[in-house]
Amino acid sequence: MLAYIVRRSLYAIPILIGVNLLTFWLFFVVNSPDDMARMQLGQKRVTPEAIEKWKAERGYDKPLLFNSEAPGLASLTHTIFFEKSVRLFVFDFGSADDGRDIAHDIQQRMFPSLALAIPVFLVGLLLNISIALIIAFFRATYIDHMGVILSVMLMSISALFYIIGGQFLVSKLLHLVPISGYEGGWSAIKFLILPVLVGVVGGIGAGTRWYRTIFLEEINKDYVRTARAKGLAERVVLFKHVLKNAMIPILTGVVVTIPLLFMGSLITESFFGIPGLGSYTIDAIRAQDFAIVRSMVFLGSVLYILGLLLTDLSYTLVDPRVRLS
Amino acid sequence: MVYPDRNKTTRSSIQWLALFAVLLFLLTACGDDIWNSPYPAAEAQQNIFYSAFSLRPKHLDPARSYSSNEVVFTGQIYEPPLQYHYLKRPYTLIPLTATEVPRPYFEDSQGRRLPSDAPTEQIAYSVYEIHIQPGIRYQPHPAFARDASGQALYLELTARDLAGIDQLSDFPQTGSRELVAADYVYQIKRLAHPKLHSPIYGLMAEYIVGLRDYARTLSEVVKGWKGDDQARHFLNLHDYPLAGVEVVDRYTYRIRLQGRYPQFVYWLAMPFFAPLPVEADRFYSQPGMQAKNLTLDWYPVGTGPYMLTVNNPNRKMVMMRNPHFHGESYPQEGESGDEAKGLLKDAGRPLPFIDKVIFSLEKEDIPTWNKFLQGYYDASGISSDSFDQAIQVSGQGEAGLTDAMRAKGIHLSTGVAASTYYMGFNMRDPVVGGLSEKARKLRQAISIAVDYDEFISIFLNGRGIPAQGPLPPGITGYQGGRAGVNPYVYEWVGDEKNGKLKRKSITEAKRLLAEAGYPEGRDIVTGKPLIIHLDATGGGPDDKARFDWLRKQFAKIDLQLDIRSTDYNRFQEKMLKGTAQLFQWGWNADYPDPENFFFLLYGPNAKAGKNGENAANYENPEFDRLFGQMKNMPNGPRRLKLIRQMVEIVQRDAPWIWGLHPKKFSLYHAWLHNVKPNDMANNTLKYKRIDPRLRAQKRREWNRPVIWPLVLTAVLLVLAFIPALMLYRRKLHSRGLH
Repeated sequence: MLAYIVRRSLYAIPILIGVNLLTFWLFFVVNSPDDMARMQLGQKRVTPEAIEKWKAERGYDKPLLFNSEAPGLASLTHTIFFEKSVRLFVFDFGSADDGRDIAHDIQQRMFPSLALAIPVFLVGLLLNISIALIIAFFRATYIDHMGVILSVMLMSISALFYIIGGQFLVSKLLHLVPISGYEGGWSAIKFLILPVLVGVVGGIGAGTRWYRTIFLEEINKDYVRTARAKGLAERVVLFKHVLKNAMIPILTGVVVTIPLLFMGSLITESFFGIPGLGSYTIDAIRAQDFAIVRSMVFLGSVLYILGLLLTDLSYTLVDPRVRLS
Repeated sequence: MVYPDRNKTTRSSIQWLALFAVLLFLLTACGDDIWNSPYPAAEAQQNIFYSAFSLRPKHLDPARSYSSNEVVFTGQIYEPPLQYHYLKRPYTLIPLTATEVPRPYFEDSQGRRLPSDAPTEQIAYSVYEIHIQPGIRYQPHPAFARDASGQALYLELTARDLAGIDQLSDFPQTGSRELVAADYVYQIKRLAHPKLHSPIYGLMAEYIVGLRDYARTLSEVVKGWKGDDQARHFLNLHDYPLAGVEVVDRYTYRIRLQGRYPQFVYWLAMPFFAPLPVEADRFYSQPGMQAKNLTLDWYPVGTGPYMLTVNNPNRKMVMMRNPHFHGESYPQEGESGDEAKGLLKDAGRPLPFIDKVIFSLEKEDIPTWNKFLQGYYDASGISSDSFDQAIQVSGQGEAGLTDAMRAKGIHLSTGVAASTYYMGFNMRDPVVGGLSEKARKLRQAISIAVDYDEFISIFLNGRGIPAQGPLPPGITGYQGGRAGVNPYVYEWVGDEKNGKLKRKSITEAKRLLAEAGYPEGRDIVTGKPLIIHLDATGGGPDDKARFDWLRKQFAKIDLQLDIRSTDYNRFQEKMLKGTAQLFQWGWNADYPDPENFFFLLYGPNAKAGKNGENAANYENPEFDRLFGQMKNMPNGPRRLKLIRQMVEIVQRDAPWIWGLHPKKFSLYHAWLHNVKPNDMANNTLKYKRIDPRLRAQKRREWNRPVIWPLVLTAVLLVLAFIPALMLYRRKLHSRGLH
C-alpha cells in the first residue's frame, strides 16, 4: 500500500504543474501585470512610474513564461511563472499583492469554514442516508412516492432561495437566531445553527435521491434475499447488510469531498457573514490578486488529489476484495 | 421470532413526547430574551455604535489609504492638522491639531518674501508654516512602550521574540508620547518612500520642493539592500533631510511648495498629511512582523478620538475610544436650520460621545438591511432591493419614508454627493471629437437626447439630480436654479422661484443633428447611418436594461448606438490609448474646490498619451488658459467670474454629456443623534451620539422570539410519522410474501 501511496503522490506532481500552468494562463489572459498594479494602487492619480515600480518590486516586470533575454535555463526560471509557482510545491504561499501573508490568512479563515462545513457534511450525510433507507424500506408505497416527489422538489430549488428563505423565516419572522455574523469559540454555535440548517435542508433532496438509488440497487441483490430468507428483520437487513454493501458507491462520492470541506462554501459564507475560505478566492479574483488565486487553486488541487487517494484507500476498508497495488 | 412489546414502544414514545414538551416549555419561558442578537448580551446597554462594511479596507497606512471604505477607519484614527467643520456649508476648513488654518506666505526665486497679493508669475514658492497644539498624545501602542530605564521594549525584536504574538494586543506593554511637529514631517517624507507607492506622490512631487529628488535618494538606498536583507532594513527617514519640509521647532513645521497652489490647504485635511511617529515605522519594520500581518496597513497609530483595537477584516473591526485623546467639543454653530433639526443640542459638549465602534463584515445587502430593521445596525444605506420598502415618493416627486419606517422611528437623511457621473466623448475621435462647430452640434444633440432625468427616475429611484456642468453642489462655483441652467441642453420654465428645468425637445436635438451634417441620423455626404460606439464595462443582467435604455435614447434622434461591453482592464487600456469614442465615467471630489473638477477637462491632463485624469482628452486653449488663472486664485468675485466663464465654455463644447450628481439617502434609528451628511469630512464619527437604553428597549420589542411555529412543525412531523409507523408495524408483522 505504501508503494501505491508513493506512486500516486508522484503522479500528483505533473498534475499540479499542469493545474498551475492552466491557472497562470487563464489569469493572465484576463489580467495583465499592469492591470494588477492599477488595481492595487487604486484608480485615482496613478502614474505610469508607480505602476512600473510596483511590478518590479513584485517580480511582475519579467516575461510570463519564457525570457528570451536570459541565457540557458534562466530563460525558463527568470519568468513570472517559474518564480511564482515553484515555491508552492513546498507550501510556501508567500504574500498577497497587498503584502499580507497568505498562509496566515488561510490559517485564520480555515476554522470558520470547517465549523460550518463539517456539521453540514456530517448531519447531512446521516440524515440523507437515514431518509434514503427509510424510503427504501417503504419502497413502492405512498411514502416512497411522496419521498421521491419531495426530493425532486427540494432539488429543484436554488441554494440561494434556501438561504434567503431561511434567513427570512427563521431569523426575520421568528427571531430565533442571528441573520448573519460570526464569533469565535462556543459563541459560534448560535451563528452556525441557521447556515447548517440551510445547508442540510438544501442538500436533502439530492442526497436522498442519490442514496435511495444506491440502496434500491443493492436491495434487489441475492444476498438480501438470502438474509430475508434467514428470517432477519427488515431493519437488520437494511442497516447491517444493505448499508455495508452500499458503502463503495457512497464512499466514492463522500470521501473525495472531505478534504474539500476545508475550502469552504462561497455563497453560504457570503450571506451568513462567515469569515471562511469560501470567499477568499473569489475576493482575490475580484482584486486581481494572482498570489492568492494561485495559492488557493494549488491548495484545492492538492486537497482534491488527497481526497481521491483517501477514496481509494477507504475501498480497502469496506471491501476486503479490493487490493491496492 | 421475537416481536417488540407494543406497550413498551408506546410508553417510550410518550416519554419522548413529554420530554419534547418540557423542552418547548423551557424555550417559551425564555421569551423575554433576544435570541437573534448577533452581539453578546453584555453589550446591550453599552455605548457602542454598530455599523457594517462590505469591502475589506486594503490600506490603513495614511500614506497609501485613499478609498472611501478606508477613510471610514483612518479618518477616526489619524489627525491631520486641519478638518472640515461638521455642520457649516459651504464646507469650511478649521484647525484639528493645528492652532489655526495656515495662510501661506510667498517668496520669489531668490527666496525674498513677497506681499500676499503678489502676482502669480512672481511667486516662486508658497510657504506654509503649521503650528500644532502642544500636549496632544498618541494612542497607547507597543511601539512607545519603555522599561523603567526608558529603553524601548519592542523596537529591537527578533522573529523569535514574536513567538506567541499574533496580534497587537498580544504585546503586554504599551506606551504613548506627545505629538511633535517632526511626526508630520516624517509622514510627508513617507509619501516619497519607494516601497509605499503613495497615490498622491506624483501630484505632491510637482509641488513640494525636493520631493522628487528625495524619492530618488530613497530609491538608491533601497536598491542597495540585498535579497532577504530588505525585510531587516528600517529606513529612518529622519536621517534623510527633505529640502521642502522642515521642523521649525517642537510644535512647528514648514512646507515649501513650488509656485502657488491654494488647494494645498485642503490636502492638509486628509490622512495623507497626518502625523506618523518614527517609532511606529521602526516597530512594524522588524523581521517577522509582516508575516503576522503586523503592519501599519493593518494596525494604524494615531492621535484621533478612536484607535483600532481589533482588525479582523474577515469578520469585524473594532475601534475603541482613545484614552489619550486631546479633547474637542461639539460645534457651537452650524448652517441655518441645523438648530431646528436638533443638530446643535450637544453644542459645546466634549467629543467623542461614543465609546466603542464595531464594524461587522456584511457582504450581502439583504442580511445588512434586515439587521438594520431589527435594530442591530444603527444606520444604513438603501439598496435598490429595499428602496420601495423604505421610501415613498410623493406626487410632487419628494422622497419620504414609508409608514412602516416611520412606525419604527427611523429617520431619513438625504444629501447630494460632491460627485459627477457623466458620459464622455473622446475629443480626439474624428466623428464626435474636436472643437469644430459640426462636432460640437453633434455632441449637443446627443446631450439633449440622452435624458438623464429619466435615467435617474428609472434606474436610481430618483436618487440624483441632473448635472448642468461639471461642478456638483457644495463646490465653489456651483449654481442651482435658473442661473445654473445649461442653456444648450435645458431651459428654465416658469418664474425664478417656482420654475423648473426642462430638457430641450427632441426636435431641437434633431435640428442640431441636421446642422451637424447628419439629418435623420445619416451622414449628409455618404448617406450612411451614423453609428456611435460606446465602450462600457459590465454586461450582466442589470447592465442590459441600462444598455437597452441608452440605445433607445440614441434612437430618438435616429442614431444607432453600438455598445462595446468589456471588462474594466480592457476599458482602461482603451482609455489610455484614446481609442474609445464614448464612455461612462465619474469623479468624487477630493476637496470642495472647482479645480478638483476642472482639472478633469484640462488639456495637459489628457488621459491618452499623458496618463492624466482628463479622460475625454478635451483641449480648449481658452479653457486651459482660464484654468491656469483660476487654479492659483484665492476665492473671491474674480475667481467666481472665471469659474462661470469656464463652465460656460464646457457647456457649449459639451465634451461630456453632463450626467448626474447622485443623491445619498441614508436611514438611521431614533437612538442615533447628530447625523448630518458631510461629503468632505471623514472624521464624523466623533460627533455622533447614541441612546443605548432606547436601543436596547426597541431591540427587545422588535425581536421577541416566536416559538409556536416550531411547536406546530414538531406536531406536524409527529403526525406525519404516525402513518409511517403504522405501515412499518404492518410490514413487520406481516407473515406472507408481498
